[in-house]
Amino acid sequence: MATAVLTTAPLQSDEALIEEFGYDDHFHEHHHGDKYQSNFVSHYIFSQDHKMISKQFLITGMIWAIIGGAMSLVFRMQLGFPEESLAWLQPVLGKWISIGPDGVGVLVQDFYYALVTMHGTILVFFVLTAGLSGTFSNLLIPLMIGARDMASPLLNMLSYWFFFISGTIMFASLFLSTGPFAGGWVAYPPLSALPQAMDGSGAGMTLWTISLVLFVVSVLLGGINYITTVLNLRTKGMSMWRLPLPIWAFFVTAILGLLSFPVLTSAFFLMMLDRGIGTSFYLSDIYIGGAALDHVGGSPILYQHLFWFLGHPEVYIIILPAFGIVSEVLSVNSRKPIFGYQAMVFSILAIAFLAFIVWAHHMFMSGINPFIANFFVIFTLIIAVPSAVKVFNWIATLYGGNIRFNPASLFAIGFVSMFISGGLTGIWLGNSALDIQLHDTYFVVAHFHIVMGVAAFFGMYSGVYHWFPKLYGRFMNETLGKLHFWGTMIGAYCVFWPMHYLGMAGVPRRYYSFDSFQTFGHFDGMNKFITIAALITFGFQLLFVINYFWSIWRGRKQMVKNPYQANTLEWTTPIEATHGNWPGKLPTVQRWAYDYSKDGIDFISQVQPTMEGESVEH
Amino acid sequence: MSAVNTTINKRMEAATRRNKVHPLKMVLYIGLASLVMMFIALTSAYIVRRAAGNWLEFSIPGIFYVNTLVIIASSITLHFAYRAFKREAAVAYKSLLTVSFVLGIAFLVMQYLGWEELAAQGVPLKINPAGDFVYAISWLHALHVVGGIAALAVALVFAYAIRLRKTPARQLRLELTITYWHFVDVLWIYLIIFLSLQR
Repeated sequence: MATAVLTTAPLQSDEALIEEFGYDDHFHEHHHGDKYQSNFVSHYIFSQDHKMISKQFLITGMIWAIIGGAMSLVFRMQLGFPEESLAWLQPVLGKWISIGPDGVGVLVQDFYYALVTMHGTILVFFVLTAGLSGTFSNLLIPLMIGARDMASPLLNMLSYWFFFISGTIMFASLFLSTGPFAGGWVAYPPLSALPQAMDGSGAGMTLWTISLVLFVVSVLLGGINYITTVLNLRTKGMSMWRLPLPIWAFFVTAILGLLSFPVLTSAFFLMMLDRGIGTSFYLSDIYIGGAALDHVGGSPILYQHLFWFLGHPEVYIIILPAFGIVSEVLSVNSRKPIFGYQAMVFSILAIAFLAFIVWAHHMFMSGINPFIANFFVIFTLIIAVPSAVKVFNWIATLYGGNIRFNPASLFAIGFVSMFISGGLTGIWLGNSALDIQLHDTYFVVAHFHIVMGVAAFFGMYSGVYHWFPKLYGRFMNETLGKLHFWGTMIGAYCVFWPMHYLGMAGVPRRYYSFDSFQTFGHFDGMNKFITIAALITFGFQLLFVINYFWSIWRGRKQMVKNPYQANTLEWTTPIEATHGNWPGKLPTVQRWAYDYSKDGIDFISQVQPTMEGESVEH
Repeated sequence: MSAVNTTINKRMEAATRRNKVHPLKMVLYIGLASLVMMFIALTSAYIVRRAAGNWLEFSIPGIFYVNTLVIIASSITLHFAYRAFKREAAVAYKSLLTVSFVLGIAFLVMQYLGWEELAAQGVPLKINPAGDFVYAISWLHALHVVGGIAALAVALVFAYAIRLRKTPARQLRLELTITYWHFVDVLWIYLIIFLSLQR
């Protein structure tokens, strides 16, 4: 019974609906808020309020993104323009720039490896795990499921502060006289297990390990909280099948982290014993300077198994929150229900399950049995199926929609593009036979940067632009946002697309210089192009940072509670964030989150009960 | 309107299956799941490494088996302490809690003796990964027992400092402590069975 006229206003105000049907938990009779927000320190620093913790995660993540990104520019400049002098960087990098007799300053080789290692560690763990999942799980889980806060606000606060301490230790390692760890972000033994292996393997690796163990504690404290909150604190009526997709994504992400990060801890535990007291879990028959070391009987492959048992789920820990954010943003901005809601949930679950049985595809060339490799090839390729389901559903959601092109939706659409480009090369790399040529080349670098680096950043940007009003009660500047989008979209493809060709030609990753390989000589121009593109793309990210901080104080004010005409519960809370999220009763949920353009009505909030004559319900 | 309300309420009840487990208990259960993963990783690494050869075969010192009885006993006394708490039997509660605490300490001491015995029977550290795994796994377990003993110590301080009253908050705190202690107990049983079957 579709009518021709689209109503844009809800039939009854959300406040009235919450007052009428809401659930009174007597929250505001107990002055819970005082404990959290009574003074500056408890409000802004040791805050136990999920919204403040979310901002802490986001801003810390941004600082790390700038540091990690700037590192990549330094090594890209060395790689693209080896003949140009980097002496101007000496005030910042000090002795890591060595100036030759001709006055040309070059990056010290050991520090090049340190920068590559730190870039990977920082971006994977501090930015795309803590900055993405930490920010949005904290902000959106309580708001979208109708909870006052997390299950344990104290553990939530500790989760941030463990992350902070972890980051501080990693930052301190940059200033060691021997430099930070330089053996690659995967920290394979023997470079990681032998303190004397290279400069960064001593104190640098010790701090790296301590930092990451604290980081695991942070992830676990956060994840335990997210899972418990989703399972225990959903408001009345919010069944699992009515959860908005971001919540499903954060929930499954937390489960993945909870099951995989402890395995990394075990790997590090054995590593510490090897380093500290000289056991031989990972080390065997090693000679340094002609002298044999005491270590006998260990296996470096054992570490690789343990590491990648975390490492592969980790890439889904990074990308799943982006899936969820993009699904929500696309649905809201195309004014259509998400296509195939249940298929979206099941594909998330399928990807999460498969994440645990594909880890050895990172080790095809480490000498594992080819028959075992077959098993991992098959399961790796099967991941393409749920991934394709998701891509199909996103495109189907956009199809025929009344699309609003704002920075959030542009980044969401950009995400889908990046996910397709990067995902397709994943099908190449999943084949163990192709890996003989492609492993450890720039093809791999291109693949994972597009599919989990750039794509996850796009998901993060999309979420920040979309939910900025929920963070600060203001909007980010839309023109700057669009500029940021186009600069990043084009820039990122310019950086990573050419790398596929380098990789197919066999150019190995992590090399300081290709001077001694004549066969790669004709790629000099391409390397210069990539470096210039990287510099420009990084510049566009600074635009985002400026826009973000400018908008906190000067952005356009949010005048209505629900500026996007969205259905989910976070838009029924007051513009001015309060502790406990809802000033009176908790809202009760009457329907799923995606009733857009239904029966001729533009949107129907989740608190709106079934109306007379309404068609099929969810 | 009231008819509409009734249908709404019915539908809401159907859609709402709120979990009745206390959130903090849920936090603990999920946390324990992550600890389980940590030990599964170590024992899997053990199996993988053992299959690769160059593996020293030896038998686990008997003291570890005796110690299994000690930690099981501590779980049993703790369980009776909990029952005493529920009936508000202060004397029984305090003494049973103390006994569990002492048994916990005894477990740690005997683990230490076990490591000494293992070294004495020709398997000190750094001889072979086979021995190192036994040390590493039991050290990590002992570390978690230390955490459990700390929790028991807090319970003990409360037991002696405050008059015993069965309030929901105290019961929850005790239940969390006990759950964790039973966990390290069961974890050790798993580890000792694993280590003896893998010989």
